Amino acid sequence: MGEEIIISIIKLLIFFFAMFTAAAYTTLAERKIMSYMQLRKGPNRAGPWGFLQPLADGIKFIFKEEIVPAHTDSKMFILGPILVIAVSLMPWVALPFGDTITLFGREIYMQLADINTGALFMISISSLGVYGIILGGWASNNKFSLLGSVRSAAQMISYELPLGLSLAAIFILSGSLGTRDIVLSQIASPWQWNIFVQPVGFIIFFTSILAETNRTPFDLAECDSELLAGYHTEYGGFKFSLFLFGEYINIITASAFMAVLYLGGWSIPFVNLHDLGLSPNVIGVISIIVVLAKTCFFVFLFIWVRWTLPRFRYDQLMDLGWKVLLPLSIVNLMITAAAVLFTK
Amino acid sequence: MINVREKYLGSNDRMSFWDRLYLPAIFKGMAVTLKHMLFSKSVTTQYPEEKRVIAPRYRGRHVLKRDEQGRERCTACYCCAYICPAQCIKIMAADVTPEIQHNHPGDKYAKSFEIDLFRCIYCGFCQEACPKAAIFLEDIYELAVDSRDKFVIGKDVLVAKEGGPRKIRV
Repeated sequence: MGEEIIISIIKLLIFFFAMFTAAAYTTLAERKIMSYMQLRKGPNRAGPWGFLQPLADGIKFIFKEEIVPAHTDSKMFILGPILVIAVSLMPWVALPFGDTITLFGREIYMQLADINTGALFMISISSLGVYGIILGGWASNNKFSLLGSVRSAAQMISYELPLGLSLAAIFILSGSLGTRDIVLSQIASPWQWNIFVQPVGFIIFFTSILAETNRTPFDLAECDSELLAGYHTEYGGFKFSLFLFGEYINIITASAFMAVLYLGGWSIPFVNLHDLGLSPNVIGVISIIVVLAKTCFFVFLFIWVRWTLPRFRYDQLMDLGWKVLLPLSIVNLMITAAAVLFTK
Repeated sequence: MINVREKYLGSNDRMSFWDRLYLPAIFKGMAVTLKHMLFSKSVTTQYPEEKRVIAPRYRGRHVLKRDEQGRERCTACYCCAYICPAQCIKIMAADVTPEIQHNHPGDKYAKSFEIDLFRCIYCGFCQEACPKAAIFLEDIYELAVDSRDKFVIGKDVLVAKEGGPRKIRV
């Protein structure tokens, strides 16, 4: 039992630092990709290719003065970003980022905890993220911030349902709520990947997760042009950086989640790693790299979508959520259920 | 009144099924951005290393010219100061004494010649007014300095280091 705890703590620490580094470098990736799409070069002063830019930004954020505006509810004001960052890190508990690695004669799952309702846990935790945004916006005592957080909440409610329903179709297909089992159900061939089995479900899920992570075209909560950055208008320095990191960690989480749910986790198309006669640890490392690559692809997709599409108007967003995605996801769920029922 | 939708989509007042699906249009747009990212060259100039070619008529900071023998062309006639709409030129004239004759061809010279760059509107009237081809607005545009009083520049900054033939305004 004691060893289990030590293993968990080590995994947790590695994961924690990896996550913050990854989020920092996602900001760089975003800025670089955006620049190249807009025929610019992007940050290229700090280190080759702007590689030290996240570090410089981080140092700047930490050494900035901590300002709490006088008219705000200061406790809530500080709680907002803390909640956002905490909640954005939590879903990773249930996310498998690779197969197993054997160290010192123990088989270690590349997952912090294999909860048997992992996917459900992730979805429920990630929807808590909106509380941080609401608290931040409310405590700022600023009408733009409040509008931003109200929008975020409304958006969350209308996109949570299609998100959950498209997930339910996957649960029916794999017969399990655990993320590891969902991966194992897709691993046999790439045609069993859920993106091919559930194409409509994937589109619904991707659209909803864009709304869930407050990314363009659904970034109405921060909406620079009308709301002056929305819920984080009043934030600066380190507290702002927590919001920022929260957002980017959410993107990575969502990407990894989609890689696991729809792209078959650590399975490589037409290659069965266990047939190649490699040692189990090599297979474990390869599986981590594969999950990472798929996650990177989805992170790129997020950035790509953001710098292509214009923002939705608020009523269009609601229309899309309630009148299109929700009925579509219900139909998708019913068809999936019927197909599974009649083929078994 | 022109009905744009009628003009470009035909007379049906509803969008087609594919238009309402948004997805084909989204994919088209994403193809454009991807093409930009992968194949287009960036249009920006990497400033301190790379500089834009500026036009020959460009009016940057003033320079007080010297003639072929390296003497100051300015004879303190006050034409530039008189025509300056922003009144940014302040000249103090003095008689040329034999000791400094090698540096000043005329009878008078500008003992001090100050330009207030905050006031200057870079209109170029001074270079038009100058009868001696002594003052020109040249291609100097990196004017940032670290204190306000350095924006009032005197002869130590203004006077050209080397002489040359009479410059003709393009």
